[in-house]
Amino acid sequence: MREIDVSKISDAVEHLCIQAACNLGQDMEQLIKTGLEREESDFGKNILQQIVDNVELARRETVPMCQDTGVAVVFVEVGQDLHIVGGSLQAAINEGVSRGYTKGYLRKSVVADPLFQRNNTQDNTPAVIHQEIVPGDKLKIMIVPKGAGSENMGALKMLKPAEGLQGVKDFVLKTVIEAGGNPCPPIIVGVGIGGTMEKATLLAKKALTRKAGEPHPSEKYAQLEEELLQEINKSGIGPQGLGGRVTALAVHIEDYPTHIATLPVAINLNCHAARHAEVIL
Amino acid sequence: MSEIKKLTAPLTKETVENLRAGDQVFISGVIYTGRDAAHKRLVQALHEGKTLPVNLEGQVIYYVGPCPAKPGQVIGSCGPTTSGRMDSYAPTLLELGLKGMVGKGPRNASVIEAMVKNGAVYFAAIGGAGAIIANSVKKAEVVAYPELGPEAIYCLEVEDFPCIVVIDSLGNNLYKTGVEKYKID
Repeated sequence: MREIDVSKISDAVEHLCIQAACNLGQDMEQLIKTGLEREESDFGKNILQQIVDNVELARRETVPMCQDTGVAVVFVEVGQDLHIVGGSLQAAINEGVSRGYTKGYLRKSVVADPLFQRNNTQDNTPAVIHQEIVPGDKLKIMIVPKGAGSENMGALKMLKPAEGLQGVKDFVLKTVIEAGGNPCPPIIVGVGIGGTMEKATLLAKKALTRKAGEPHPSEKYAQLEEELLQEINKSGIGPQGLGGRVTALAVHIEDYPTHIATLPVAINLNCHAARHAEVIL
Repeated sequence: MSEIKKLTAPLTKETVENLRAGDQVFISGVIYTGRDAAHKRLVQALHEGKTLPVNLEGQVIYYVGPCPAKPGQVIGSCGPTTSGRMDSYAPTLLELGLKGMVGKGPRNASVIEAMVKNGAVYFAAIGGAGAIIANSVKKAEVVAYPELGPEAIYCLEVEDFPCIVVIDSLGNNLYKTGVEKYKID
């Protein structure tokens, strides 16, 4: 059985935290540039240009593009034929997050107790870790630093099946329009449809990690993504909510089978700093 | 788009009165940072009859929690945070003479009412452009609540910090008018 030492995992996570915070993916950067070409408002164009300049500056100088370097959401796929040695996987990930956020001069934004003390843990741990066992002997790690400005604008609704397609559309539009300038538009809209309450929210988060602007593999869902994108961009919210044509850059839907009696829909918004970085070990 | 207006902080009554929603500005001078935890402490101190660590008369508060400075940097990335979370505290600070707030996203009716009453202005900085904004900061010093880390109150010396007036002292609101202009029914 293939073995991997936890120190290798910590090293990879440390590196990924800094990479994700400072180096926006080319796919996302390209989508912002396309938005800049399409935007009609003067403020909107000016803002999008500054966002592009900011992305380039952050990459060149290895500094975070946004000061909210987020809570570290970590998706791990563990091959079932892989043996992790030398310690626990969770501890190894948190060690990497602690080192990455400290050495990378990233902001530590995690408080230990959510309700009472709210004391900062000083090293951005613990991460929010989602683990999955998959075939094979590899380990895939994806870091998704998630800022609170856009996270706070997310929503979940357990629709009745009778509300159907129209219910989904109405809920997505209502959520995005109510969020207005708060989630730092232009945004990526992650939508999870189906499963159970927690499954839908996880799907919505995962939807944000898809290659930016890539359509759903099924034609019907891809059409819905495109339709929702068009509708959202009629809202006039525009870059930073100051008015314009480019409110969202993409809508990504993920779906999953569900119960006969329900239609869960979750929406997770991501600001234009739609960051993620991954590695396969 | 209008010419860029150059402002010096702290702000005078006259400067504030002459600003209109939609004006692009460069702010230079001295401003203070403050976000959720600092606001909570300031308002709590007031309720307890204590003196605030900062005199807010004429001042500008920037809603930001910066990244730590890398060696050679004055400050790390420092873009604005969502202002709406400070809405429950802002009217109290406006009553004390606070003249300007910098953040991102809409404000509620009671903040706008307090702005009109006390003659104050709300600026938006570009959310997510934290690396660029850091270049406008020439000096940064923690002046209160250091234990709050990124949420401590810093005194910042800024030069040509680019902002947009979104809500002026008459209550004009670019978040409303700007969106209306581009909305398609």
